Amino acid sequence: MNILETDGEKLLIALRGLLAEKGIASSAELAERIAITDRASPGQGARMVARAWVDPDFRALMLEDGTRAAEAMGIPMRGAPPLGVLENTPDTHNLVVCTLCSCYPRAVLGYPPFWYKSAAYRARGVRDPRGLIAEWGTVLPDGVHIQVVDSTADFRWMVLPMRPAGTAAWNEERLASIVREGDMIGVTVPAAI
Amino acid sequence: MMAFGPGASVRVKDDWPETRGPCHIRTPHYLRGMRGQVVRRLGEFANPEDLAFGRPAQRRALYHVAFEQPGVWHDGRAGDALLVEIFEHWLEPA
Repeated sequence: MNILETDGEKLLIALRGLLAEKGIASSAELAERIAITDRASPGQGARMVARAWVDPDFRALMLEDGTRAAEAMGIPMRGAPPLGVLENTPDTHNLVVCTLCSCYPRAVLGYPPFWYKSAAYRARGVRDPRGLIAEWGTVLPDGVHIQVVDSTADFRWMVLPMRPAGTAAWNEERLASIVREGDMIGVTVPAAI
Repeated sequence: MMAFGPGASVRVKDDWPETRGPCHIRTPHYLRGMRGQVVRRLGEFANPEDLAFGRPAQRRALYHVAFEQPGVWHDGRAGDALLVEIFEHWLEPA
């Protein structure tokens, strides 16, 4: 049998059968994992960001241990790589890239956008980050350093953006509604809209 | 294996195992031989270089290391930095 030419559906059925037979993962566990993966979306990360903006204790937890912060908001993190959170400040803007492959904090942001995995994004992210994010219209003010986080190993990284001006009276739900996936990768920054 | 505290000056080993045979390495090419500063220890993780081949994998310390952009590329703005996870066995004191 040539595994490269075998029907994918048949391989999947065989693999699921073996996983169950060997007691590695039951069909119910696989279904649960698929459901968790499908539920993960940038909306989850946005909820965390909004909570961090209104709750200093949560913000501190999020920066210290992103996994525990996500779990505190009911986001399933079991089996996911540890989550690290990097905070944008008036001095430092963070940008996340994975030059080696496509490491991405899927548990809190869902599937990565198509460009995140492109060779161009990965190469330019580390080589010319300011030129790269300018293509999203993101121009950092003078005096703001850029810190490029090359996600090379066991952690997954997300950015905690700064709360935009003009949102002082907003509640958490409305704050979450303006946080986009690019803001948590660092190619854009949220604005009051 | 050497332990590094926050602020320690380190150099990424200028080693190219990929020239010696099949391997799986999580240390980017562009940082080999470069000097950086340890920001913090992230924890201990199974060595991916063994894990990738199904070999027994020792747990190794993983560090977050900061590198100045201009030092790496001879270009870019002073103060701009790269922050990268590097395993302990790739670091030496600088």
